Amino acid sequence: MGKEYKTITDIAGPLVFLEKTEPVAYGELVTITLPDGTTRRGQVLDTAKDFVVVQVFEGTRGLDKSCSVRFTGDVVKLNCSKDMLGRILSGSGEPIDGGPKIVPEERREIVGAAINPYARQYPREFIQTGISAIDGMNTLVRGQKLPIFSGSGLPHNDIALQIARQAKVRGTEEEFAIVFAAMGITYEEAHQFMKEFERTGALERAVVFLNLASDPAIERLITPRMALTAAEFLAYEYDYHILVILTDMTNYCEALREISAAREEVPGRRGYPGYMYTDLATIYERAGRIRGRKGTITQMPILTMPGDDITHPIPDLTGYITEGQIVLSRELHAKGIYPPIDVLPSLSRLMKEGIGKGMTREDHKEWNDQMYAAYAEGVDLRGLVAIVGEEALSERDRRYLKFADEFERRFVNQGKYEDRDIEYTLDLGWELLSILPEEELTKIRREYIEKYHPKYRKKAEGEAGKAEAAA
Amino acid sequence: MEVKTVGSVGEIYRISGPLVVAEGLKAKMYDVCKVGEEGLMGEVVSIRGDKVLIQVYEDTSGVRPGEKVVNTGMPLSVELGPGMLGTIYDGVQRPLPALKEVSGDFIGRGIEAPGLDRKKKWAFKPTVKKGDKVKGGEIIGVVKETELISEHRILVPPNVSGTITEIYEGDFTVEDTIAVLDNGVELKLYHKWPVRIPRPYVEKLPPEIPLITGQRILDTFFPVAKGGTAAIPGPFGSGKTVTQHQLAKWADAQIIVYIGCGERGNEMTEVLEEFPELKDPRTGRPLMERTVLIANTSNMPVAAREASVYTGITIAEYFRDMGYDVAIQADSTSRWAEAMREISGRLEEMPGEEGYPAYLASRLAEFYERAGRVKTLSGHIGSVTVVGAVSPPGGDFSEPVTQNTLRIVKVFWALDAKLAARRHFPAINWLQSYSLYAEILRPWFEKNVAPDWGELRNWAMEVLQEEANLQEIVQLVGSDALPDAQRILLEIARMIREVFLIQYAYDPVDTYCPLEKQYDMLKGIKMINDWMFKALEMGKPVEEIINVPGKEKFARAKFEENYKPVMEEALAEIRKNLIGE
Repeated sequence: MGKEYKTITDIAGPLVFLEKTEPVAYGELVTITLPDGTTRRGQVLDTAKDFVVVQVFEGTRGLDKSCSVRFTGDVVKLNCSKDMLGRILSGSGEPIDGGPKIVPEERREIVGAAINPYARQYPREFIQTGISAIDGMNTLVRGQKLPIFSGSGLPHNDIALQIARQAKVRGTEEEFAIVFAAMGITYEEAHQFMKEFERTGALERAVVFLNLASDPAIERLITPRMALTAAEFLAYEYDYHILVILTDMTNYCEALREISAAREEVPGRRGYPGYMYTDLATIYERAGRIRGRKGTITQMPILTMPGDDITHPIPDLTGYITEGQIVLSRELHAKGIYPPIDVLPSLSRLMKEGIGKGMTREDHKEWNDQMYAAYAEGVDLRGLVAIVGEEALSERDRRYLKFADEFERRFVNQGKYEDRDIEYTLDLGWELLSILPEEELTKIRREYIEKYHPKYRKKAEGEAGKAEAAA
Repeated sequence: MEVKTVGSVGEIYRISGPLVVAEGLKAKMYDVCKVGEEGLMGEVVSIRGDKVLIQVYEDTSGVRPGEKVVNTGMPLSVELGPGMLGTIYDGVQRPLPALKEVSGDFIGRGIEAPGLDRKKKWAFKPTVKKGDKVKGGEIIGVVKETELISEHRILVPPNVSGTITEIYEGDFTVEDTIAVLDNGVELKLYHKWPVRIPRPYVEKLPPEIPLITGQRILDTFFPVAKGGTAAIPGPFGSGKTVTQHQLAKWADAQIIVYIGCGERGNEMTEVLEEFPELKDPRTGRPLMERTVLIANTSNMPVAAREASVYTGITIAEYFRDMGYDVAIQADSTSRWAEAMREISGRLEEMPGEEGYPAYLASRLAEFYERAGRVKTLSGHIGSVTVVGAVSPPGGDFSEPVTQNTLRIVKVFWALDAKLAARRHFPAINWLQSYSLYAEILRPWFEKNVAPDWGELRNWAMEVLQEEANLQEIVQLVGSDALPDAQRILLEIARMIREVFLIQYAYDPVDTYCPLEKQYDMLKGIKMINDWMFKALEMGKPVEEIINVPGKEKFARAKFEENYKPVMEEALAEIRKNLIGE
C-alpha cells in the first residue's frame, strides 16, 4: 500500500492539490482520511514531479489541510461478480442494500478500453419494446445506443420502465438483464424505479447503481462507468443481453462542467468543457456487439433537455454519438398522449438492418417511409388550418389532417401496460393509411398494398369466409 | 546548479490527460516519442524552456512522473507501399486487425504494428532498367495489388534521385531491396513520408472534369470537380454519413480513402461489413479493393483523431502521385477540429472563437489545400478530391468550423433537418447549397452527356426557386387559390423534388444513377412541363392537367435497371392524356 501524505496545499471545489509526493500515476485511486477517521475516495487528474491534483468523488466538505492522503497505486476498479445481479450499489459501486459485500470474481478498471471497430458486429436483431412509436417508427436493435431526449416533467421514466419490462427479442427465450444507473435523480424517482423492479421481479436480474440528487455530484462522473463495467462483465463473461439505462445524463454533464470550472479550464459552448464530446463518447460507445461473443450491450440513456432545447450542448453532442434518438414532446404530453413520442425529430439509425422480411415484416420499410411522409404532411397542414380554417382545405388535405390526428390518438397513444406486438403495430398503421386516398400511397409497392391494405384484406378475408361457408 | 544532460531519452515531468510534459529531452517540433514504460506513442507539440510537451495517442492512465521518454527523432510518418488497399487503420496507421490479434476485442496500449505487412510478397515488375537516371517521384516499376488496382506503381521517394545500378524483378516483401542507385541508396517497395508535409508535385491543373457520384442532386445540381473540395454540413440525423458512404461507394475515383474521424464505431463496422459485398459498377470487383479505411472512433484517443486526417490525406496523395484519381472522405472534420480544441486547451493556449484555437482557420485551409488535380513528378495526371463532413453544434451553420470551412471549399451541400424529418433523402437543401464548379464543368457535361445539360439544370433550379417564392403565398391562401399556370409550376416542382431529387440509397437500382439516366429523368419532367402548359393553352381544366394519369409510372422508372422502355411508355401515356397526340 502506498505512502500517506499530509501535504495538501489548496482545496478548491471538488479538487485537492498536494505537493512533494513520490511519483503518482495519472488516474490513480486516492483515499483521503479526515481527522475524524472517515475516508473519501478520489482520483488523480493531473500529476507532476512536484504537485498532484486529486478530484474527490464524495465532495470536499469538511476537508482541511491536515487530512492525510494515501495513493493506492491502483486505478479505480469495480468488484465484478455474477452476484451483482439483484443488488443495489451506490454511485461508486459499494453495496447499499444492507446485503453482504460483493466477493469479486474479477476487479475491472472502470475506464473501459475502446472496442476495436474491426471486432464489432453490426447490430441487426430487432428488439420488440411493445411501443408502437418505437417498434414501428424508430426500431431498436440489440447493441444499439438509443437515448430518450426528454424535458422536465415528461414521463421518460415511465417509458424507460415500460421498455425494461416489455423488451424482448422474438423467437428467443433469452432474457435481458438490466443495468440501471441513476445519476442525480431524486429519491422519489429512484423509488419509483425500485418499486417497479421489485413488483415485476425484474430486480433479480438487475444491477442498480444509485447516485441520488443528495449524493455528491462528482461521484456521478464514475457512476455510468461503474454501470457499464458491470454490463460488460455480465455481457462478455456470462453471455447476458444487457439493457443499460442511464438516467439522467444531464446531471452527469453538469458534474463534468463543475470539475472543468474548478480546474479553470477553457470552457467550450455554454461553459461545458471542450472535451465533453470525447468524454460522452467513452460512455456511449461502450454499447455494441462483438463478433464471436454472445452477450450484447444495448444502451438507453435518458436526458432532460434544458429548456426543451434540442440544440443545447448535452442533447446535441449526445445525438452526434448515439445511433438516433427518441424525442418526447411537451405538446403531445399536454394533449394527454402517452408515450408523448414526437416521431418527426426521432430517429433510429440502425433500424434499416433490423426490419423487413424475417425480422419484422416485409412491408415495414416502405410502410415506415409512408407513415413518416403522411404524418409530416398532416402536421404541416395544421399550420395552414390555423390561418385559413379547415373549410378552405381540399378533400385530400382534410384526409391528411385526419391521418395526423388519428396517428397521435391511436397509434402513438397507448397504455403504460399495453404490450403491442409488431404485427399489431403494422396493421394499425395500415388502418390509418387507409384514411388517405389510395393513390397517395406512392412509397409502398403495389404488391404490399394489395396484401396489407385493409380494403384488400377485407375483400380477401370476405372471399375466404365465403369459400369456407360454401365448403 | 546541476547541469542537465539533454539527449534522446528524457523523463516525464507531468501528465495531464493526453498531454505529457517531459524534461531533459532533446526534441524538434512534431518528433514522435515513446512515452513511459509502456512506450505509448506521442508527438511533440510544444517546447517551453527545458520542457517538451507531448500529445499522446493513447490513454495515459497509470503513467507516472519520472518514467522515461524516448525520442525517435522522426516526425509522424506513414508507410506508403503495396498492401494498404482493403485495410482498416487507426488514426496513426496501425492496422486494426493486427491490433486485434495482439490485444483482442478491445484496443490495448503501447502496441506497435507496422502499417504494411512485412511478410507478404509482391511480384515486382521493373519499368526502368540499369543505367536509367531516375528522380524523385518517378515510377520504377509496378506490382499488382488487387484485381481492381492492378498497377500499384512503385515510386522513387520524392527526396531521392540518382542513376540505377541494380534493379531486380521477382517476388519481394516491402523491406527487400528492389533497386540500388549510384549514390548507394537502396530502393524498396515502400517509403515513409511525414504526414504533416504535403507531397510535392509539378503543378496544379484547373478542375475541369467532374467527379461522377451517381447521386442526382450532386451530379446534376451541385457537381464537384476531380481535385475539388466540398463540405457537407448538417445537424445530426440529416444524413451526412449516408451521403459520405454513397460517395465512397459510387464516386468514379480509382481510389477511395475514407476517414472515420471521431464517429461511431458501428458505422465503421457497417462499412467494413458492407464494402466487401458491394461491387464496383464499372468492373464488378468488390469495392473494398480500391478503398483504404481509417477508423478513429469517438472513444479512441483524441490525439490520434487529430492525426487521422493527415494520415488519410498523405495516403491519398501517394496514390495521386501514381497518376490516380483519389477521393477522400473525412467524416467528420468537426471532430477533428474538436480534437485540436481539446489539445489546445490542455496546452493552455489562448482560445479563439468558442474555445477553438486561433489557428483553426489556417489548419483547415492547409488541409483542404492538399486537394487538387496535379501533374505529378512522374509526369502523370492525378487528383485528390476532398469531401469533408461538418457536424455543426445544434445544426447552426454560423459556428466557427462551418464558417471557416465554407471560406475554403468550393462546393457546399447543405443538409437540412426539416427535409430529413420528412424522409426526403438525400436531405440536401437545393436552395442553400451551391457549387462553384457548376459553370466550369458545364462544357464537360454538354460534350459528354447532352448539349442542353446546362440549360436543363438552370431551368430546374429556376422552377425550384419559383416554388419557394410561391410557397409563402400557398401558406396563406392555399394552393387552390393560385392562378392555373402557377399550379402547374408547383406540380412540376413537386415532380422535380419527389421524382428527381429524392434518391433511395438503399434501393439496389436507385442507389446509383448514371448520368444519362439523370439527364433522361430531368428531360422527361421538362417535357411533361411543356405538355402541361400546352394543354392549358388548349383549354384543358387545370385539375385534369396536374392529375394526369401516367405520372406515377414515370416516377417509378427510377427503380428500373432498364428504365428506358418504362419511361417512354409513361411519357407517351402522359402526352396522350395531355395533348392527345
